[in-house]
Amino acid sequence: MSNTLTIDGNTIPFTDGQTIMQAATAAGVYIPHLCHHPEFTPHGSCKLCTVKVNGRICSACTFPAMAGQNVLSNTQELTADRKKITQMLFVEGNHFCPSCEKTGNCQLQAVAYHLNMLDDHYPLFYPQRAVDASHPEVLIDHNRCIFCTLCVRASQQTDGKNVFAISGRGINKHLIVNADSGLLKDTDLAASDRAAHICPTGAILIKHTAYQVPIGQRLYDHQQIDQVSLAQEQTPHGE
Amino acid sequence: MQAFIESLVASHQHQPTHLLAILRAIQAQAHYIPEAAIKQVATLLNIPRSHIIGVIEFYSFLHLTPQGQYEILISDSITDQMLGKNELMAYLSEQLHVAVGAVRGDGLVSLNITSCTGLCDQGPAGLVNGYALSRLSRARIDQIAALVEQQTPVAEWPSELFQVEDNIIQTDLLLTTPIESGSALKASYARGLAETLAEIDRAGLRGRGGAGFKTASKWQYCKDEAGPERYVVCNADEGEPGTFKDRVLLNTYAQQVFEGMTICAAIIGAEQGFLYLRGEYLFLYDKLLQIVDERRQAGLLGNNILNSGLQFDIEICLGAGAYICGEESALIESLEGKMGIPRNRPPYPVSQGYLQKPTVVNNVETFLAAAHIAVHGGDAFAQIGTAQSKGTKILSISGDCTRPGIYELPFGTTIHAVLAACGAEDVLGVQIGGPSGTFISNTEFDRRLAFEDLATGGSFIIFNHSRQLLDIAQNFTHFFAHESCGFCTPCRVGTSLLKKQLDKIVDGHGSAGDVAELEALCQIVKNHSHCGLGQTAANPILSTLERYPELYQSRLKAISYEPGFDLDAALATARRLANRNDAAAHLAQVEDSL
Repeated sequence: MSNTLTIDGNTIPFTDGQTIMQAATAAGVYIPHLCHHPEFTPHGSCKLCTVKVNGRICSACTFPAMAGQNVLSNTQELTADRKKITQMLFVEGNHFCPSCEKTGNCQLQAVAYHLNMLDDHYPLFYPQRAVDASHPEVLIDHNRCIFCTLCVRASQQTDGKNVFAISGRGINKHLIVNADSGLLKDTDLAASDRAAHICPTGAILIKHTAYQVPIGQRLYDHQQIDQVSLAQEQTPHGE
Repeated sequence: MQAFIESLVASHQHQPTHLLAILRAIQAQAHYIPEAAIKQVATLLNIPRSHIIGVIEFYSFLHLTPQGQYEILISDSITDQMLGKNELMAYLSEQLHVAVGAVRGDGLVSLNITSCTGLCDQGPAGLVNGYALSRLSRARIDQIAALVEQQTPVAEWPSELFQVEDNIIQTDLLLTTPIESGSALKASYARGLAETLAEIDRAGLRGRGGAGFKTASKWQYCKDEAGPERYVVCNADEGEPGTFKDRVLLNTYAQQVFEGMTICAAIIGAEQGFLYLRGEYLFLYDKLLQIVDERRQAGLLGNNILNSGLQFDIEICLGAGAYICGEESALIESLEGKMGIPRNRPPYPVSQGYLQKPTVVNNVETFLAAAHIAVHGGDAFAQIGTAQSKGTKILSISGDCTRPGIYELPFGTTIHAVLAACGAEDVLGVQIGGPSGTFISNTEFDRRLAFEDLATGGSFIIFNHSRQLLDIAQNFTHFFAHESCGFCTPCRVGTSLLKKQLDKIVDGHGSAGDVAELEALCQIVKNHSHCGLGQTAANPILSTLERYPELYQSRLKAISYEPGFDLDAALATARRLANRNDAAAHLAQVEDSL
């Protein structure tokens, strides 16, 4: 059997060792995701990339592509569920897009638009979360953290450091940094680190750059996240 | 403290995989993990301090802030509640002058609730500095309060406070005649290891943790993996509320469990085994170490076991209060000294388990049964039970019955027969398989214990007509929200939303649409969660909602919509500040006259 699978009825090729997400991206098929980034080890936690593989629910970013798989992704049912999962991410934190400097460049917001999310649906948790503005160049606003661990992985895998970690259990999960003081300024994070630029939301921000690009001219103001994502993440098949 | 930690870490050979054991020891000594200790351990083990903090904040029995010199936890299992836990907890709190969830001002004592401690047949139960307290009563609480105030060391407390009974009521194939130490290994070598695996296959043995994967297949897959290093892990993290059979098996049948592990090691080619013991069973730890040692002396563990050339040893590892570690890949993470977060699958533990090496993880009862089969062969085992569920099941029966305890019953036994055996009358329903299992009503007692009908890891909780179903569903739903590891969105947020939504209905704030909303939420959590915890977290609601929809509807207000927040409750602070509690200081949620 040749190395192909179908996504929503369309046959796409894959190479051995690829995940469904990798195969889909290479073939120009967008599957919504937040914790996945092609540069880093897949995590499988946000569950936005949930697809049905031969009738069974799987995370596309971690599940291996196999010959003959029948994958459903862009269905009414899965889109509705992905919207609910996105709403969960909104209500557990404090996400107030109009007052957030990441608006327009935020993947969480862009995914919400893509899924046609018009409200929070669930009751808001209003958690008490802090802001760590101690670092001269980088700010952490814990209110917007969605625990995707991209900063954790980028720091370890690209920067060769260990600046970030996720601590705690259940709904009390939180981002911590590797310093005795617990403050970002006492870590070895540099503003040029990959980890400082990888946050899909406005939880980790580079200071002094907030409104250099005006609202209205930002990344997702003119494009949908599916286009942006594919343009950034698609590599020629088989590479 | 510094010297203590230095020798502690040295005694663990500076192995980061032993982090949990190291932190447990520091917690026992200092009643929290001080900042200086974190720094020192991080340096000695050469791991980031953030990793250590992550582990401390993940496990319920480890703390970043000081707890009392007497850390008292009371089990909040539904069975403990049915035995009067709430009233006793209030009494204890009053006697010791400490609020629930707090540390007393003088630092002498702290009090909190904890998830089921596995003493459901002899509750209400608790823990003091990790050691199990059974059969709590007002008299015992008076005694405990006095001991605390006199600052009597826990080691000197009267032993009857810590008396844990086996309560084995009914035995069958496995429990009536345990095997003689070494006999299963001798029989396996006499028969041949491949033939012994074939016997286990012929027996039709399936995993006793509840999921029911074929044991022989699991062992075969692990054996077939390339590479020389393999591991055997016994899952004794029995955290499912209402389950306590592993406690009894390890107290009285540990030799046979270790023998089952050793046979597995011989078959798959492992040199190291682990028994992951839930932290709540600390009282079994020394005894199990002693048994492992006796087996080494008898040539049943260690080098050249029974002159067969087999080399295998077993390490006992303690958990630290996390239900999720019963999930096999989370358990492996915990064994590696990490937070117990379930891994992505594939790869499965049989190919990449402990330290990414092929690993068999089986339940305590599975290893017990495997040793039995090694001695007596597969046919005798397969004669008992049903077509798809061979052998017997060991149940932990608790709740409303006259004889709670351990019952070994053939698969295929009806619920009627189980209830008759344990003296249950006026039964409203039974929770089978714990909160993650199914609630069945009294119209379904013809159903059978079997993987193909009612599967259970062993939990069997009986409720009579005096019990409130929604209270039960609420207790279980809160349990899952507390135990969610938080890795994936649908479970982390979803279990908290389920708790809020169910509380809203149970507390009488629900309106039309709230039950449908609850059910829709259940489906998201069930379908999209990463592991078995999340996938079953909605079961308490779904299984009762399916059977008693009217019960949920009856709690709803007759209005069409009510906001998610409680307006009147939100004014409580303002009323307290204004020192008012008159009618005008209260607001109705919506116009009730509608």
